[in-house]
Amino acid sequence: MPVLARHVEAAGIPTVVVTMMPDVAQWLLAPRVVGVEFPFGHSFGMPGDAVTHRRVLETALVVLAGAVAPGTRVDLDLAWPVSRGEAYKSWQPAEPSPIVKMLLDRQKGT
Amino acid sequence: MPVDSYAYLPRSFRAMYEEPPRLDGETEPVWAPMGRRLAESTVALLSSAGLYVNDGSQEPFDLDRERAEPGWGDPSWRAIPRSTPQGGLGMAHLHVNDADTMADHEVSLPLRTLDRLVMDGIVGESAPTHYGVMGYQQAGLSEWRSHTAAEIVTRLRDEHVDCLLLAPA
Repeated sequence: MPVLARHVEAAGIPTVVVTMMPDVAQWLLAPRVVGVEFPFGHSFGMPGDAVTHRRVLETALVVLAGAVAPGTRVDLDLAWPVSRGEAYKSWQPAEPSPIVKMLLDRQKGT
Repeated sequence: MPVDSYAYLPRSFRAMYEEPPRLDGETEPVWAPMGRRLAESTVALLSSAGLYVNDGSQEPFDLDRERAEPGWGDPSWRAIPRSTPQGGLGMAHLHVNDADTMADHEVSLPLRTLDRLVMDGIVGESAPTHYGVMGYQQAGLSEWRSHTAAEIVTRLRDEHVDCLLLAPA
């Protein structure tokens, strides 16, 4: 995703990336990064949590509008409202992705 | 408190994500300053959750080919109209669970939340088109870099969009 942000930015359109992995987005030189410690697949919060959706979106747009230099990063200080174990399960697909399945099969020697 | 970027990643995957190699041509900062105030700007959203309009007008992302070629991910994109209602999106992504985004699209693409920011005068306008891509891509991201990004830029320019928010799934 940082690469898409960079290409859009290079074309003259400012961008911000909202991500669970801000270290990675920053390393890959996304111009503006907003970090959220949420499970994958949940960039703006839990279903039905309109307050958090707005807080994340509004913060990201404020960073977009106000950042003054590339490499700007702001992390949202928001805790996910359910336990880490439950949250981890909430992002896992019903079955392993093809690449993960292939790697697991290789490990098993099948 | 800073975000732990690896909080939800399986431990065995962490080494793959820490400081991955930067691609050729992607090693220098890029920067476009905001040219106008947010309250006067047209904002577009882009999600990599594999979202598409599910009224029959769009194909889902190609998961069959990914199942056959696990190193490949569909590099195409979908135009999502700003008026798309809850229930109007499908999600084709084999790497994240779709249940919560299907229950409430705002989880991945907050179109109604953006509408409220427009009504409150914080944002000028929601763009006519928002964007769906599927975030699992082949190494090197060659199609995204050679085609997808340019096509999205063209659409953004055609619709006079001032800025883009991207949300990886």
